Amino acid sequence: MPDSKTKIALDVNGESVEVAFAPHKTLLEVLREDLSLTGTKHGCELGECGTCTVLVDGTAVLSCLVLGLACAGRRVKTVEGLATGGQLHPLQDAFAELGAAQCGYCTPAFLLAAEALLARNPRPDRDDIKRALSGNLCRCTGYIKIYEAVELAAARMRGEPAEPARETLYGIR
Amino acid sequence: MASGKRGLRVVGKALRKVDATAKVTGTTKFADDLFLPRMLYAKLLRSPHAHARIVSIDPSPAAALAGVKAVLTGKDLPIRFGILPVSQDEHALALDKVRFVGDPVAAVAATSEEAAAAALAHIAVRYEPLRPVTDALDALAHPEPRIHDYGDLGNLHKLIHLEFGDVEESFRDADLVREDTFFFEGSTHLPMEQHAAVADWSADGKLTLWSSTQTPHYVHRALAQVLELSPARIRVIACPNGGGFGGKSDPFSHEIVAAKLAMVTGRPVKITLTREEVFYCHRGRHPTLMWVKTGVKKDGAITGMHFKSLLDGGGYGSYGVASTYYTGALQTVTYHVPRYKFQGARAFTNKPPCGPKRGHGTPQPRFALEVHLDKIAEQLGLDPAELRLRHLVPPDSLTANWLRVGTMGLGRCIEKVVGGSGWKDKFRKLPTGKGIGLACSSYITGAGLPIYWNAMPHSGVQLKCDRGGGVTAFCGSTEIGQGSDSILAAIVAEVLGIDPLDVAVVTGDTDLTPVDLGSYSSRVTLMTGNAAVQAAERAREIIARHAAAKLDVSVERVAFAEGRVFDVERPERGLTFADAVQLAEAAGGTVGTVGSYTPPPSPGKYRGAGVGPSPAYSYSACVAEVDVDPATGIVRVPKIWIAHDVGRAINAASVMGQIEGSVYMGLGEALMEEMAYRGNRNVVHKIPSLLEYKSPTTLEMCDVVTYVVEDPDPNGPFGAKECGQGPLLPVPPAVANAVYDAVGVRVDEVPITPEKVFKALRRKEKGEAGRFGPTAFPDIAWPEPIRVPPPWEGGDGRAVARGKEQRAARAARD
Ligand code: FES
Ligand code: FES
Repeated sequence: MPDSKTKIALDVNGESVEVAFAPHKTLLEVLREDLSLTGTKHGCELGECGTCTVLVDGTAVLSCLVLGLACAGRRVKTVEGLATGGQLHPLQDAFAELGAAQCGYCTPAFLLAAEALLARNPRPDRDDIKRALSGNLCRCTGYIKIYEAVELAAARMRGEPAEPARETLYGIR
Repeated sequence: MASGKRGLRVVGKALRKVDATAKVTGTTKFADDLFLPRMLYAKLLRSPHAHARIVSIDPSPAAALAGVKAVLTGKDLPIRFGILPVSQDEHALALDKVRFVGDPVAAVAATSEEAAAAALAHIAVRYEPLRPVTDALDALAHPEPRIHDYGDLGNLHKLIHLEFGDVEESFRDADLVREDTFFFEGSTHLPMEQHAAVADWSADGKLTLWSSTQTPHYVHRALAQVLELSPARIRVIACPNGGGFGGKSDPFSHEIVAAKLAMVTGRPVKITLTREEVFYCHRGRHPTLMWVKTGVKKDGAITGMHFKSLLDGGGYGSYGVASTYYTGALQTVTYHVPRYKFQGARAFTNKPPCGPKRGHGTPQPRFALEVHLDKIAEQLGLDPAELRLRHLVPPDSLTANWLRVGTMGLGRCIEKVVGGSGWKDKFRKLPTGKGIGLACSSYITGAGLPIYWNAMPHSGVQLKCDRGGGVTAFCGSTEIGQGSDSILAAIVAEVLGIDPLDVAVVTGDTDLTPVDLGSYSSRVTLMTGNAAVQAAERAREIIARHAAAKLDVSVERVAFAEGRVFDVERPERGLTFADAVQLAEAAGGTVGTVGSYTPPPSPGKYRGAGVGPSPAYSYSACVAEVDVDPATGIVRVPKIWIAHDVGRAINAASVMGQIEGSVYMGLGEALMEEMAYRGNRNVVHKIPSLLEYKSPTTLEMCDVVTYVVEDPDPNGPFGAKECGQGPLLPVPPAVANAVYDAVGVRVDEVPITPEKVFKALRRKEKGEAGRFGPTAFPDIAWPEPIRVPPPWEGGDGRAVARGKEQRAARAARD
């Protein structure tokens, strides 16, 4: 049965796009399958892991739980929209610098959840970060390098010259 | 082996990984990110029964549906496979029998995932249910009906009995003999990426499979075997894995099915497992019941140890025979054990198969051993850290079971965590409800033997030096997030004196890369690394020869650093690396080299000696601090101190990440992770979802203080040993020991859930033993032991007959 498709217009990573898809599709599926934005990942498609996190109008949402149709006229931001002009976003840079992305599968989601946090709280403490990221699972890092990367990026985004502590990168010798 | 200690420029630094940018920009292509033109989608029909005979299957109604392009059942793929040559017991689709809820029975390829899923309901399967075997004890009690028609005894898959000296005699020599029983619940890898595979068949008879696999070489072999194709016509490409942890190390049903569907339809086929299906693939930690008896002198010196384990293997063999041996192999490499006896059994049960999860078969006995030692220390009135420090296995020595220990940094690890945590001021001194515990461990840096017997190298690296100064390194190793691509680039860059970002890595592709056995057993840094050193040193030799002639100096004076090739004595005289390559290429043609690595032969020559040997052992020590609420039994772990002897860090930041990630996973196993079953005789998975399978979030994860101990091992590249699995091992026992320090009850079972702590506390209040855990180990019809005298009792690593061993032992004593 050829599904009848619905067409919507929305803003994806700062560009207006029109996309047609079967109306039952989730935003996750529309992004990956109809817009070829495979940077957004999935770990359950049931709203349990946070791996599919994207920003809709600046708010972190689980794209596996949002219908594509519900995004008509909204602003969607995915990991592909973080870097500008070949320049990594400070969060991306800090994640790369500290090794906060191991397998990298959870990384796009953590980056976006962290970006949403920093937009509303540019000076989060460790507990703020833990709470903001508590809906995102990572099996590789133990979260520690992720916290440290968010802190490093937050400092740099505030314009402070920040470098990682030696112990962060080398441990205690 | 490798280039000693001259000024290292790349090795040891915390450099960005070569794939870091791709990972943070979302451009890394995981298997499910591949979309090929005309691609079909496949779905598997899975058994609703734990144990049943298949009476009939009729796929024709499904095949007739619109959008459905092919349907497969067991008879389309009748050849068995399995990761170990001794356990070829899997069918891609069940042929006559299903062995667990979730066992694949049929497969559909259709034009959309929805159409494929909908078609599954139209495959008519008639089952005749059989009595399911629920766990290892049930398997022991019910040899019939048999789950498999092979195995050592009834539903016991494997029985092992090894004896290294007379332990009964050693118990008579002891001042204290203690016995304990422990249980370690099964847990699963839970990689964030669900397994996915894409297969493509071309009309000239070539098959390509992209897969989230840790072991492309073994998938390559399994595809050739089951599909009856020449391996030369099969290309397996391991996509970067979105986490593996051992869960993507077997050749899987879905990989073979996708390949077959591509062959049948002539179109690309993708299959992506749902999260529920990942729980059915499993191959995770074996639930293990253990009994240990140890004799010690007053000062804690061990006189002998007897260890028994009973593993719940699930429905298939997988790596299980190796897992079973591993539950008995590494007890001897931390503290000196002069005599040792091991009895291990693995049962088939009607649940998803167990296999290798991070630490493969060793976290369970390590938990038992380290809690057991904590109890022994208390009985002897010794500080548990002191007891361990006094009796460490010496470096460069053999163990009772003939493992060769090289470098051994455990003493330094213990000192670090004891000093850093303020152990001496806290142990047995904290207020009730707060506690501190210590445990140690060791792990292999790569298995000394391959999975299938062969004399070839375990890892190969090929290098191509480009005239532009770039170098391409080809290797079968597989990037699963542990950073293997970066290690390869770093080592090549170090030897050739170039920037790691000038090294292109091509990995995990059976058409393009020399074989590396895969990302398991913590083998890649050491084995790939040594192969890379050899290939790069050979390239350096070629380039140096021509540069020396050009600079008119002897070859010995030619140095490589910072992208230049120069005279060490007059560093301003030199060439760029690119110019040096061009000189060499002009004189001798394309500059390409190969390197390979085979582990040293192991000293043990008895049957079973194949599991345990390794070129190098890593060591870890851990101190955990806990808060226990006596009213609820809830355990919180605010902080863990971990020290790990990594030999040498190749990439310091990656080492930190591996250690912290291991602590995290160990904490999950200590407190909450369990493969729990319910329903019909406890064989139905208790809601196979990420929500119901509890794993630590940011809110449960503890603070970690990490000490990196470097004691370079001559067998490792630049001295490196493993760090990706070992640091998990001491975490569960350290937490258990800390719980005892906090509230005085022993939970001899992981996970240490509130319910178990609560029950132990109530028992203690009632004047009973303040303990939760198993109380007995069952009688098992063990085979005659394989008797191998330890090195200090006149053995030569071979098994002996009973009388001969006694004579040898007597002779050694006299
Ligand atoms: S995919 Fe897991 S929450 Fe959306
Ligand atoms: S980096 Fe692998 S799951 Fe987070």
